[in-house]
Amino acid sequence: MSLPSPLLATFDLHKAYAQPVLRGVNWAVRAGEVHALVGENGAGKSTLARVVCGMTSPNAGHMQLAGRPWSPSSRRDADAQGVRMVLQELGAIGTLTVAENIFRGRLPTKGGGRWGVIDRKRLHEEARVWMAAVGLQDVAPDALVSSLGVGQKQLVEIAGALTSDVKLLILDEPTAALTGPETQKLFEQIRRLCAGGTAVVYISHRLEELQEIATRLTVLRDGVMVGTHNTADLSIDKIIKLMAGRALSADEFATAQHGEDVGIEVRNLRVNGVVRDVSFSAHKGEILGFAGLMGAGRTETMRALFGADVRDAGEVFIDGEPVTIRHPRDAVRAGVALLTEDRKEQGLLLPLGITTNVSVVNLPALAKHGVIDESNEASVAERFRQTLAVKAHNLSQPVGELSGGNQQKVLIARWLFRDCRVLIFDEPTRGIDVGARFEIYKLMRDLAHAGKTILVVSSDLTELMQICHRIAVLSRGELVQTFRRDTWTQASIMAAAFSGYLGKAATDQAEA
Amino acid sequence: MPKRVAESLRLVVALGLLLLVFSVMADHFFTSRTFSSVANQIPSLLVVAVGMTYVIVLGGIDLSVGSLLALCGGVMGVATAGLHLPLPLAVLMCLAVGAGVGAVNGMVMVRWRLPAFIVTLGMLEIARGGAYLVTHSQTQYIGASIESISEVAVLGLSLPFFLALALVFAAQWTLDRTVFGRYVVATGTNEEAVRLSGVDTSKIRVAVYTLCGFLAGLGAIIHTARLGAADPNAGGGLELQAIAAVVVGGTSLMGGRGSVVGTLFGVLIIAVLDTGLAQVGAQEPAKRVITGLVIVGAVILDNYRHGRRHG
Repeated sequence: MSLPSPLLATFDLHKAYAQPVLRGVNWAVRAGEVHALVGENGAGKSTLARVVCGMTSPNAGHMQLAGRPWSPSSRRDADAQGVRMVLQELGAIGTLTVAENIFRGRLPTKGGGRWGVIDRKRLHEEARVWMAAVGLQDVAPDALVSSLGVGQKQLVEIAGALTSDVKLLILDEPTAALTGPETQKLFEQIRRLCAGGTAVVYISHRLEELQEIATRLTVLRDGVMVGTHNTADLSIDKIIKLMAGRALSADEFATAQHGEDVGIEVRNLRVNGVVRDVSFSAHKGEILGFAGLMGAGRTETMRALFGADVRDAGEVFIDGEPVTIRHPRDAVRAGVALLTEDRKEQGLLLPLGITTNVSVVNLPALAKHGVIDESNEASVAERFRQTLAVKAHNLSQPVGELSGGNQQKVLIARWLFRDCRVLIFDEPTRGIDVGARFEIYKLMRDLAHAGKTILVVSSDLTELMQICHRIAVLSRGELVQTFRRDTWTQASIMAAAFSGYLGKAATDQAEA
Repeated sequence: MPKRVAESLRLVVALGLLLLVFSVMADHFFTSRTFSSVANQIPSLLVVAVGMTYVIVLGGIDLSVGSLLALCGGVMGVATAGLHLPLPLAVLMCLAVGAGVGAVNGMVMVRWRLPAFIVTLGMLEIARGGAYLVTHSQTQYIGASIESISEVAVLGLSLPFFLALALVFAAQWTLDRTVFGRYVVATGTNEEAVRLSGVDTSKIRVAVYTLCGFLAGLGAIIHTARLGAADPNAGGGLELQAIAAVVVGGTSLMGGRGSVVGTLFGVLIIAVLDTGLAQVGAQEPAKRVITGLVIVGAVILDNYRHGRRHG
């Protein structure tokens, strides 16, 4: 073959945490190319990237960089050799200045020593060069990073990665928080880097962007490499099919009719500045979705109605009865459950087993005079483990070791044990792999069949269109439109989601 | 359950090694006199450390217990020696002050969302000042009526020793088996998750600090009984000894994981170290250096055992 030898090659890489994440990945990246890495959440993209840049080591397999064995011992080690990653989670330190963040770990000192006094003048001069390169020329180098917007923080991180010689740069969802012009500016930089022979690995869900910037594209599915293709040869539909492994059929999730009784009604819910007089109702047996852009107020609406955050106005009716909800305790008593977006921080008791994670929601029911009946507790947990098919070694295995899908099942079990009538799912399949995702959908559908009322917030429109009876669209804190299954299209929902942000500047001024 | 046994076993081995080393090094260490002296010294620290274990499992800290012990003792001393109230009433007042101050700690944290460190640091000063105020900075001599509490009961061991030991097992059982105990562990693991499960974690927090304060009051009774007098300077640095005993006993300062029985061993290890070092002729400065090393070393070992699991 006359192909250039790859800059980076991996051979039969395996990596497992609780579950295998990478399963025999053979991957090659050439110098000077933009190589896109795509796959569903949990397909192993981030893990592969982390292995390459030394943040974690593989269980098996080996790698080569420019033809020589490559086994970085740490992120710092990889960094020193020009393999660098800009993380999806923002790594910028808010209390330091922009310039300090860009040169973090290699601040120029007077006299050049590692522990000397920082040479501010040189620091700011050099920072300006790199800031201009990523489009941050309007920001002062001594501005605190905490004063910047999310997109600008991301650019600071990228600028930091460019400052010293870089052979391979991995960008994980770099444009998630960027505006259109910022993205274009970033693409210019990427092209400039590549022209100089740097390889850029670009991880993103934004397939249109990939088609614009990437020369080649690798698809991962459940830790297995599906293939590497020239981007020009692939349509977006084709990429989606490769990622999912099968075309999703709408019929599979066509939902049955729901009842006529209203399960939950919310009137004029308001959280100042975030949620503006949101009203809706959902029937028993119905799955009502909530679509909208980031920051549209969907999560805030759910948290306020559940009593997790303070609300400024609004009434909640369960089965037609008004209920006072000031604390999650009140919501739970009224039969409302919230499965939060951030399962690890706000849902699970990670070091504890399935048993406690399920029982915690209703311990008094398992106790006599305050003493827990442990055998009863264990049998409850075992029953849910079986009905929901939770994969775990045993009931006391820390839930932190389970996969995302099984963790979500544990949380569903928790609320089933409490016998909640209204279940609110916030991003129910975030971080859950494709296979388990379908299981979660099925569980949600079964719950609806059993007469529960289900509210789902999701940023994945395909997901909502698959499982919901109706989709309510929030835009800038207002519920702008509700679509029925037969009336929606992806375009109409997206248009509604953007509607609040168009020509609203004047209204805002007036409100402020 | 086997896991917990293994955990205690490690502490038993550590304590055994310590005893062995001192028995070899000091001629008169391995005697019943040494043991009864250790056993009769520890009860006040032990009851305070039990309360501290709950607080730390909850993910908090209580720096006020030492001063609070002095305040409670002072109240009891003034009530008996100054106001000539009957001893049982004075004892009740002592416990009530402890529980009340603990409850205030908890409520201030909950109401204004302040860190435990700050609130109890403030209370450390307030309670110490309060102890001086109620006693007019004078040691209150109570005398024989209270000393009878700490008289030797059987086998050279005092009533407070048995009381503290019973308390340890009751507290361990409560932590393991009751709804309250489970809430303490769960809240210490992830308070937000527990709150969103519909549990009022504020109540749990106030209850735990109230318990801790109450046990400081109990510690005050034991301490005062041993000396026959209430000293407003009592309990200086006791909070740090209690924290040290809790962490040596394997309770995580991050909350959510801990054992009261472990704390018992933590107290014993520190007490044996103290007595043993004195008997081999170590001076106070050397004793403190060694005790400090043991505390840090114990936590390093503990991290090794538990760190691996979380990668």
